[in-house]
Amino acid sequence: MMKLSLGPILWFWSKQSVFDFYANAAEWPVDTVYLGETVCSRRRELKLADWLEIASVLKESGKQVVLSTQTLIESEADLRALRKICSQQDYLVEANDQSALQLATQNNLPFVTGPSMNIYNSATLKLLAKQGLKGWSLPVELGQETLQQLIAELKAEGLDLPAEVFAWGFLPLAWSSRCFTARHYNLPKDNCEFRCLQHPDGLELRSRESQELFRLNGTSTLSGSRYDLMREMPGMERMGVATVRLSPEHQGMEEVVRRFDQMRRGEIPSTDPLQLVEAPPCNGYWYGKPGMDLVTGQAQA
Amino acid sequence: MELVCPAGSLPALKAAVDNGADAVYLGFKDSTNARQFAGLNFNDKRAGEGIEYAHSKGARVFCAINTYPQPDGWETWKSAIDRAAALGVDAIILADMGLLEYAANKHPQVHRHLSVQGSATSYEALRFYKDNFDIRRAVLPRVLSIDQVRGVAKHSPVELEVFAFGSLCIMAEGRCYLSSYLTDESPNTRGACSPAKAVRWQETAEGLESRLNDVLIDRYGKGESAGYPTLCKGRFEVEGSVYHAIEEPVSLNTLDLLPELKEIGISAVKIEGRQRSPSYIADVARTWRQALNRLDSGADGFLVDPAWNKTLSGLSEGGLTTIGAYHRKWK
Repeated sequence: MMKLSLGPILWFWSKQSVFDFYANAAEWPVDTVYLGETVCSRRRELKLADWLEIASVLKESGKQVVLSTQTLIESEADLRALRKICSQQDYLVEANDQSALQLATQNNLPFVTGPSMNIYNSATLKLLAKQGLKGWSLPVELGQETLQQLIAELKAEGLDLPAEVFAWGFLPLAWSSRCFTARHYNLPKDNCEFRCLQHPDGLELRSRESQELFRLNGTSTLSGSRYDLMREMPGMERMGVATVRLSPEHQGMEEVVRRFDQMRRGEIPSTDPLQLVEAPPCNGYWYGKPGMDLVTGQAQA
Repeated sequence: MELVCPAGSLPALKAAVDNGADAVYLGFKDSTNARQFAGLNFNDKRAGEGIEYAHSKGARVFCAINTYPQPDGWETWKSAIDRAAALGVDAIILADMGLLEYAANKHPQVHRHLSVQGSATSYEALRFYKDNFDIRRAVLPRVLSIDQVRGVAKHSPVELEVFAFGSLCIMAEGRCYLSSYLTDESPNTRGACSPAKAVRWQETAEGLESRLNDVLIDRYGKGESAGYPTLCKGRFEVEGSVYHAIEEPVSLNTLDLLPELKEIGISAVKIEGRQRSPSYIADVARTWRQALNRLDSGADGFLVDPAWNKTLSGLSEGGLTTIGAYHRKWK
């Protein structure tokens, strides 16, 4: 059976909200939980010690815990934070940048890669496997056809590298040094008043025709539609996908997890609609189309 | 510091070399490079002529093969590397780790430069690329402040090249999937951002509209000058306000920073714009050559000639320039 994972929280939530979220998540049928701040170094509601406290609770609940690293590394302070994560030995690390690859391999720390690591071919996977890669995420802009080829090529090489697919949530699409939330409030980034806290699921950016395009989330930009590959799970299982990633939201997440859990167990039909929180769904990337597209009626039970 | 200029065609290459470029960079006529435009770039014959011309004038030629091949494209990208090596380029600009390894093993004598698409923003990331693929140089993404560039340069194991002038990418390059979200092409997959095939212009009662795959990117009132609908430079609505929510249509211009870049130890400044005309390239190359010559003349204090900025502003998006992320407050 495929595993379910909870990706790192991409938004900025208060410390209490984060602790509450994971206290609940400890009871959910997810196998793997990614912890840590991956977007902005100014988000310091939780210190590494706090994350490790959450990690130990989740571990005791039988979850595999992975520590995620920041995607855009800009300063010496960012590197110091990264070095701390890459010098512990208790948990696997999710490298989201080549800086993390360097520090993990230097410390002989096994690692996995997140969806922002550019893995587009099996030559890249092969060389990372030699460095200690234990699993990898498909970049969000790639689809099932490419994934199928990559899995087949790995098999032909006799390489066992479990693949993970970002399957539910707003897609992380870009990272900048500019903070778009601070820009919205006409505040300098260095004095942003932590406005992201007021937007636990981002700021909606629409076209002037009210089309939902993106979600501004501090220095990162996410999709305006919610990626939803629940109906694709049977196909993923046949293909050999190891893990399906769900991206945390502050409302309705338990229900999302339960639906995906039922689906992987074959308990609900693949046509069952899942519409919990207001946002248009999309799945275009999976079909090699524009990411925002919604392809319907192609999934097979 | 070396002046590295773009060449989207043989005439542009000659214009760059004739006007003072120390090196030019070019790509093949396919999606193996990050400026895939119709009618642009080089076949092997033209590339050979360009390389011969540049070398005869003492300029170097870099070949950009800086997109990310998927399994279907692997042989095409590999052969692009072989072709570049056979043509005698001085360096290949690469981003994909698989291709970097292939080039390092197959053609160790051809220098490897890490493309800006390789997203290396720290010296630890640079060490990764140096240790694994023995890269000679890296191009830094346009997201670092001047102090951050200084920090990277201080510990960098390789030469650094930074962007000096041209279109401004506001997102960390190599990790921006906005274009493929709205269209089906991105810089990583197809070497295209906001591809021309998806652009539509429409005159309406409310003004001139620019669309990308039907998504309204901008609408221009009377008297407003319209720009190419690069999706991050459109006007959008956030909580009821309509504004350039991501970035204004401006160009990067770092003339003012030249003394600092030199002092930090930056090896080369790069001009963006393989999609630009030969006359544009000539004007930009000539201006930057003059600036670099004055910088190197060692005369006390480097003063930017107002005429240089006038020339460059005239060639910029919306006539506006910025030093972008180099200035911390821009963020």
